[in-house]
Amino acid sequence: MKVYLRALGVVAPGLAGWSQAATVLRGEAPYRPEPLPRYQPAMLPPNERRRTTATIKLALQAASEAMTGNGEKSPAAVFASADGDLEIADRLCSALALPGRPVSPTHFHNSVHNAPAGYWSIGSGSNGASTSLSTWHGSFAAGLLEAASTCVVEQCPTLLVAYDHPAPPPLDRFCPTQAPFAVALVLTAEPSADAMSRLRIATTRNEETRLSGDLEGLRQGNPAARALPLLSAIACGDSRTVTLPYLDDLMVEVQCAL
Amino acid sequence: MVRVRSYDPISNNDVQPLAITAYALVNALGDGHRASLDALRNGRSGLTPWQSDSDPLTTWYGLVDGLDEPIVGELAPYDCRNNRLARRAIHCDGFAERVDKARQHWGAERIGVFVGTSTAGILTTETAYRSRQGSELPDFRFRETHNIYSVADYTRQELKLAGPAQAVSTACSSSAKVFAAARRFIDAGLCDAAVVGGVDSLCYSTLYGFNSLELISADPCRPWDVERNGISLGEAGGFALLERDSDSAVRLAGYGESSDAYHMSTPHPEGAGALAAMTDALQRAHLDPAAIDYINLHGTATPANDRAEDCAVSRLFGNQVSCSSTKGWTGHTLGAAGITEAIFTLLALENAFLPATLNCRQLDPALNLNVLQTPREASLRYAMSNSFGFGGNNCSLIFERRAG
Repeated sequence: MKVYLRALGVVAPGLAGWSQAATVLRGEAPYRPEPLPRYQPAMLPPNERRRTTATIKLALQAASEAMTGNGEKSPAAVFASADGDLEIADRLCSALALPGRPVSPTHFHNSVHNAPAGYWSIGSGSNGASTSLSTWHGSFAAGLLEAASTCVVEQCPTLLVAYDHPAPPPLDRFCPTQAPFAVALVLTAEPSADAMSRLRIATTRNEETRLSGDLEGLRQGNPAARALPLLSAIACGDSRTVTLPYLDDLMVEVQCAL
Repeated sequence: MVRVRSYDPISNNDVQPLAITAYALVNALGDGHRASLDALRNGRSGLTPWQSDSDPLTTWYGLVDGLDEPIVGELAPYDCRNNRLARRAIHCDGFAERVDKARQHWGAERIGVFVGTSTAGILTTETAYRSRQGSELPDFRFRETHNIYSVADYTRQELKLAGPAQAVSTACSSSAKVFAAARRFIDAGLCDAAVVGGVDSLCYSTLYGFNSLELISADPCRPWDVERNGISLGEAGGFALLERDSDSAVRLAGYGESSDAYHMSTPHPEGAGALAAMTDALQRAHLDPAAIDYINLHGTATPANDRAEDCAVSRLFGNQVSCSSTKGWTGHTLGAAGITEAIFTLLALENAFLPATLNCRQLDPALNLNVLQTPREASLRYAMSNSFGFGGNNCSLIFERRAG
C-alpha cells in the first residue's frame, strides 16, 4: 500500500510536539525526558472536558497537533492502543470490589476502548468512520495497517492516533508501560504539496528496527512508542525502510521516501 | 424520504459482493444455527432472571450455560470465560473444519483474523480485585485474558492462522465493524480471506455500568414497545469466514460506518449518525433503499435508542420495510451484538424467515417503523443489520442471498 503522510503529532516526555521530537530524533538536541505539561483538550466543551482522563487527554493532544492547519475536516479515524485506559479499569474494578458496587456512570462510559475516539469526534465535529483497535504491543503497526487500508480502499484522508499511558498500581505490575506516549499521523491516498513523506507499507517477517540509547528505552517502554523508528526516518528526511513489531510472528515494513 | 445518490465509486468501481462461506454462533439460545433458528421460530427467549446472592440485581440476562471446562494445553494461559465462549463458537456449525479447508487453499498467512469485543476477559481482573488481600493483586494472566486483543489472539492460534489480525473495540458496534475492516484488508491485498467475529461474556463492569446509567430493565427488554424501559444484557460469540473469489449462498454486499460526534452514551436524537451509516452501506452496495427487504434493528429497548433509530430508519426507508429487533431473545450482547445479529440476518436470508420482535406487545404509537410482532415467512434478497455503540460509533451491514 502506498500513502502520503500529511501531518504529525507527538506527545511524550521530552518530545512535546513534532518540532521538538524531530530535533531530538535528528540528533540535534539531546533527549531529556521532562514531565509533560497538564494538557487540557480545548476542542471539547467544558462539561465534556471535565470528564476526560489522562489517557484521553494524551490521545487528544496528539490528534489536535496533527489536525491543526491541515485543512482536513472529517477524516476517517483509527485509534490504536494496547491497553486502553487502565486508570479507568482500576477504578471500575475497585468499585466492583466494594459493597453495593458503586460504579460511576462517567467511569463506565469512559471505559470503552473507543472513548478517546468518541471524545475526538465530539470535539472536532468529525462524523466520519472511526475504529478503535488493539494488537497488544503491536498496536501502532496494526493501526498503521488499518489506517493505510482505509486511506487506499476508501480513498479518504485518515487520521491515525496511537497512545498508551502507564497503569496505576496495582495494575502496573501486569502492564509494563513506563511513560506516556501518543503519536498521530494524517495519511492521504494522493500526494499533496505539503506531504512530509511517501510511505509504502506491507507485512514482513524481517527483524524489527531498533534505536540506540535512551530512545530505545522509550521505544520499548510504551507500545505506541514502537512508532519511533518511523518517526526518526521522517525527521531525518531520508529514504529509509523500517520494520515495526505487529504480531508475535508478523511485522510491518514501512519504506519512507521524500 | 431521502433519496440516496447513485453510487459514485472513486477507488474501485467493480467491487463484487464478498462470499461468506461459513458462519457459527453461540448465545443464550444454544449452540449453532439450529438452536438459534428454532428459538426464533418458536418464540423461545434465552433470557432468564438474574440470580446471584452476592449481586442481587433485578434484571434478566442471556446466559450461556456450560462454560466451566477450562482451556488446557498450549493455550491454557488464555483460559477465561470470554475465550471459552470463543472456543465454543469456533467449534460449532463445522466452522473450524471449514477454516481448515480455507487454510489449505489460501495458506495460513493469507487469512486474517478480526474479532470484536467490548470487555474481553475483564471478569478475570474483576475477580482478582474482589479476592485481593491488601494492596497487591493475586497473580493472573492479564495479556491473555483482560487485554482487548486476547480474544483475537486466542482465535488466531486456535484456528492455526498466521495472517494479519486485530481486535476491534468500538463498544456495541465492534463485531459489525470487523466486516468492514476485513473487506478493506482483502481489497488492499493484505489477505485473501478473513475470519471475522465477536465475543463478549458476562462481567460485572457492564452489569453495574449500565445499571449506573439507569439503562437496565427489571423485565425482559421490550424493543419498540410503548412501555420499553431499558436493556437486558447477554453474552454471545460468533464467527464468519469471508473469502475472495468464492461461491456462497450469502454474501456481504456493503457496509457503512459513521460517528455521531454528539455524546458519549446518548445517541443523536434524530439518529443522524445512524442515517449516515445506513446511507453509506447502500452506496457501497449500489442499492436504493427500496431494495432492502428486511432490517435487523440495533433495537436495544431503551426509550432514547429506539426513538433515534426509528427516526433514522424511517427517514431513509419509509415505514413499509419489515424490521425487527432480536434483543428479546439473546439480550444485548454488546461487542458480540454485531456478529450475532449479522448471523441472524444471514439465517433470515437463507431460510426465508423474518423473526418477530419478542416482548413487543404494544407498539409505541410515537414510532413509525413496520416492526414485526409475529414472525413471517418471506423470500428475501437483501437485508440490513444495524449496530450502534457508545462514543457514537455506528455500523450498518448489508447482506445478500445470491439469486438463483
